[in-house]
Amino acid sequence: MTEMLKVTDRAMNSKPETRNPKLKYRVFDHTADLGLEIYGTDEKDLFLNAAIAVFDNITELDHVTAQEKRHFTVEGSDREDLLINFLREILYMYNGEGFLLKDCYISDIDDRHVVGVVRGEIFNPEKHRIKTEIKAVTYHQIEVEKTPHGWKGRVIFDV
Amino acid sequence: MSDITMKKLDEYRWIIPPVGGMRVPGMIYSSDTMIGGIGSDESPKQVSNVAYLPGIVKYSLAMPDMHWGYGFPIGGVAAFDLKEGIISPGGVGYDINCGVRLMTTRLHIDEIRDRLHDLVAALFRDIPTGVGSKGSINLSFSEEKKVLKEGARWAVNHGYGTSGDLLATEDEGTMEGADPDCVSDRALERGKQQLGTLGSGNHFLEIEVVEKIFDEKVAAAFGLERNQVVVVIHSGSRGFGYQVCDDYLARMVKKIGKLGFLLPDRQLACAYFDSDEGRQYFAAMVCAANYAWANRQMLMHWTREIFERTLKKSPRDIGMRLVYDVCHNIAKIEEFIIDGEKKKVCVHRKGATRAFPPGHPAVPAAYRHVGQPVLIPGDMGTGSYVLVGTEKAFSETFGSTCHGAGRVMSRSRAKKVSKGRSIRKEMADRNVIVMATGKGTLHEEIPEAYKDIDSVVDVVHEAGLSRKVARLRAVGCIKG
Repeated sequence: MTEMLKVTDRAMNSKPETRNPKLKYRVFDHTADLGLEIYGTDEKDLFLNAAIAVFDNITELDHVTAQEKRHFTVEGSDREDLLINFLREILYMYNGEGFLLKDCYISDIDDRHVVGVVRGEIFNPEKHRIKTEIKAVTYHQIEVEKTPHGWKGRVIFDV
Repeated sequence: MSDITMKKLDEYRWIIPPVGGMRVPGMIYSSDTMIGGIGSDESPKQVSNVAYLPGIVKYSLAMPDMHWGYGFPIGGVAAFDLKEGIISPGGVGYDINCGVRLMTTRLHIDEIRDRLHDLVAALFRDIPTGVGSKGSINLSFSEEKKVLKEGARWAVNHGYGTSGDLLATEDEGTMEGADPDCVSDRALERGKQQLGTLGSGNHFLEIEVVEKIFDEKVAAAFGLERNQVVVVIHSGSRGFGYQVCDDYLARMVKKIGKLGFLLPDRQLACAYFDSDEGRQYFAAMVCAANYAWANRQMLMHWTREIFERTLKKSPRDIGMRLVYDVCHNIAKIEEFIIDGEKKKVCVHRKGATRAFPPGHPAVPAAYRHVGQPVLIPGDMGTGSYVLVGTEKAFSETFGSTCHGAGRVMSRSRAKKVSKGRSIRKEMADRNVIVMATGKGTLHEEIPEAYKDIDSVVDVVHEAGLSRKVARLRAVGCIKG
């Protein structure tokens, strides 16, 4: 994920409307923990970028190889709930079995379902470094919205 | 900035009058100097939100270390009627039974000053710390379920410590009502490799010295004397508790619409205590509480062994004795006098410590004449306080007091302001040897990121929610 752009505080103040179209997410400050604002050209892209953003914070993605697959089918009561449940599922892959995600493919998505597959590998202390332990995804100030320039989601994680 | 109206009631109490859907007033314990800071985050709004929940009794309370949390504020205390009231995972927190234990030794600081570095290094090497750290034991699911039911007793029965340790633990290290069938396979999976690990973030194991005694009689009852070497462990239920909280949040959020009242924040998702969901969450939460007690019991046992090995002294010479172990993220069924009548309620303490008065049957027999020991850890390397529970806390705050310093700066902000500094060296300049696994941990945990522990403790002391017994100063610290 070398094209992944992370921005500093100064760049963070730029409005999403004027943001670099390559920007997939940015980190925002929150008293509690880790806030991620995620962008996507469509809903599928938003979810995909959210999964990558989570693992870009957990580890150095360049060192992760797409060796194994994990399939997922997630449901939610609305779009926000769906994003949270999806991130729960993705996060458990690491917290439960030490699986580090490299990439993500979504085959089907609507407001209440998302189906797809992720690729990655199991954490190996000799190869991977854990930067941040993301312990849980929260409902706090969760937002998923369609903007004139695509989709935007805001999620706060407990770290 | 919060749009909540707070009215000063007396020197240490601010009331939030009930407006909108609030069923009871909010009550915040603070001081003139601290209240300004409290008003700057959303936590007063969260105190008010908690007051919306059905069955809440008397007040939605907040301690002086209050800060923003998920749903309930951290530092929040709320009691609910067992018939009409709710139970909420957000009112307990993710790290169920995060808590503190204090051990005294027979050692004087002067005896070990030149061995301190070796001791901290040995603790750092042999106690599993840090991000996703795994313990030296790998439990089968069936053995893990025994831990969930038996708590610290499981640890003692497996050779980690003595039965005397159990008498000096809140609930004797085993809370009644655990049902491992209410716990998901995911929680079991996260828990099976992490028993006996310290964890990361604000958790720590510290060697401290009794610096000041405020109350000679109570200090003597707790076995504390000046210049004595003590150990403080701050840890919780690790990934297990997180998964339990998350599983039940997900389940309860699904049913928000069926509760029959409006929830001001999804993170406050809850269930009626007297319902299947409520009962099951409680039974699963108790499992996590027991897991945490077993965890701290094992960490203490290894600490004893490391002291003996490093100092080449016998257990008798070191005399590491558990003073007490308190939890500060929990929901419990406890009995209080409410409006003149004895009543059992479900007390949520999220970042708050039980502080029971002298004479209460839940206080260990050895301390019953003085009251329950209350352990308040400060920020990294600052030290801790030992307090004692009071009648006033019992009648005003459902027997609760503060739990620590309370974060004022986000982790990322703390990292930013401390960029380029050597925190380890800064701590060494303050005569604290610090060792941490994570690169960022020391930066995230800089002292400026927390409220001043002395001010927090002064408020609970002056407000009568607990009384100062001793102040401990950190000399060595290991972190995740």
